Amino acid sequence: MKKINLRTIIGSGILAMFILIGLCAPWITSYDPKATMLEERFSPPSHIHWLGQDKLGSDIWSKIIYGARISLVVSCLSTLFALIIGLCLGSAAGYFGSWVEELIMRCVDILLAFPGLLLIFALAAFLKPSLINLILIFSLVGWTGFARVARSQVLVEKEKDFVLAAHSLGAGHFYILIRHIWPNILAPLMIQASFFMGGVIIGESSLSFLGVGVPPDAPSWGNMLNLAKQSAFQPGFVAIFPGLAIMLIVLGFNFIGDGLRDLLDPKMKHSQKMI
Amino acid sequence: MQRFVLRRLTLLLPILFGISIIVFSLMYFIPGNPVDLILGENALPQDRAYLTHLLHLDEPLHKQYVFFVKDLFTGNLRSIHTRQSVWKEIFSRFPATLELAVWAMGFALVFALPLGLWAAVKQGTLIDYSAMTLALLGISMPHFWLGPLLILIFAYHLPLFPISGNEGLLSVILPALTLGTALMALLSRLTRTSTLEVLQQDYIRTAWAKGLSREKILLKHTLKNALIPVLTIAGIQTGALLSGAVITETVFDWPGIGTLLVEAIQSRNYPMVQGCVLVIACLYVMVNLITDLMYGLLDPRIRYS
Repeated sequence: MKKINLRTIIGSGILAMFILIGLCAPWITSYDPKATMLEERFSPPSHIHWLGQDKLGSDIWSKIIYGARISLVVSCLSTLFALIIGLCLGSAAGYFGSWVEELIMRCVDILLAFPGLLLIFALAAFLKPSLINLILIFSLVGWTGFARVARSQVLVEKEKDFVLAAHSLGAGHFYILIRHIWPNILAPLMIQASFFMGGVIIGESSLSFLGVGVPPDAPSWGNMLNLAKQSAFQPGFVAIFPGLAIMLIVLGFNFIGDGLRDLLDPKMKHSQKMI
Repeated sequence: MQRFVLRRLTLLLPILFGISIIVFSLMYFIPGNPVDLILGENALPQDRAYLTHLLHLDEPLHKQYVFFVKDLFTGNLRSIHTRQSVWKEIFSRFPATLELAVWAMGFALVFALPLGLWAAVKQGTLIDYSAMTLALLGISMPHFWLGPLLILIFAYHLPLFPISGNEGLLSVILPALTLGTALMALLSRLTRTSTLEVLQQDYIRTAWAKGLSREKILLKHTLKNALIPVLTIAGIQTGALLSGAVITETVFDWPGIGTLLVEAIQSRNYPMVQGCVLVIACLYVMVNLITDLMYGLLDPRIRYS
């Protein structure tokens, strides 16, 4: 049994904290994140409003807590859909080969030839800002990475003896793929998924920062920074806290991805200290 | 080598075709009718019919695509607001974006290579862990947060640099730092991994056995080989820098293609959005192609595979 490393533990801890505050949001704060109190705008952090109030007088702490919900929902669902599409198409390409592989992988090549963030901006610019559209955009743009990993892993696994054995016992293609191959290729896909989730959080907040992400009144971290951008000279705390939240959660996902990769990549484990 | 170049160039065609299809189909993601959007819902029927004809929306889809490609090449892709060709404005903004991307790349390389090499040499020590945690922090930091933070510290509290705009050498430093930080972090991690891999090779062992100096082994035998994958990724990332520039330019009000794209998105100037996206995507593809060809030139194993 391989030992879980420190980075995975720290990353999981950070993620668990955000999931917990997202789930328990109504019990952690008594302020409505959408409530505005213009006469108290830009009030500094105090014992009533822990992280202060923004340009509209809304409580920053409540917005950050409710923002965790939006970020996590968008990143989890987008990753889930991108993973499912990528896994199915990538496995089909790797397993069946020939024209199926050509067709799918050429589509992947074309989509990957397009800078991902730009494609996301472009799609978001043309679609109406909404949570569902955001999830749709990230899933449609993000599946290619998963398809590449799935294909390369299936190519390796399908040559193994247990697949041959399953074939000779009369198992069908789909049974072999789902029952025998998928469980063996999930680890590298999980690593990819943890990096992707961090990327989606940055992508979602970037879109909201530009005003084309979630609807403007939704308490998302990107919207908070967008609001902070609109007033040039304001106290620093208005912009610092939402950014810190984004950085912390992305750091958590990157720690998990890094830790898992170190666990599963034998090359790096055996590197000797030469100097 | 000729066959390798030819093969890469042939691959370019379907990719460019794919990009043009994606940019063309963006127009169909608009909720409702583009004509309503441009003229408003209270427009006269004859105006609507004229604009529908002008935008070729009354033609079948494949013909619309042909018209779109024709418009691209004849400069007829026009801004909704000014009715001027979008290319003029895009190309006038282009040098500023290029300047920013070059500075960001320069900054990233200058800091990433020594940091990565140092972390690899000190593998498993506090220096290694600190450098790599710092790099991970750099990757996790969004541009639209780092930028305002730098402005707050180095332009507002310590007025060393201008807050925004493009006025001389000083004004490029903060945007380049913002855009280059994530790349610097990525490249320093890559340099570390790549150096560690090279350090395990037999020829390094031989170099030690020959009694070469530590500096010579590190700089001549290790870094030179470790640099190949790092420079390749740096090349590919140049294209990604261009799309990252969209956010950085917005934060610093930098007069490049990025701000033009965001302005176009906000004013619903769809042909301008299409033009900007097309130019950035084509640049990205071209930079990737040049990187591939350079990689083939540097490493013979690639061109024969």
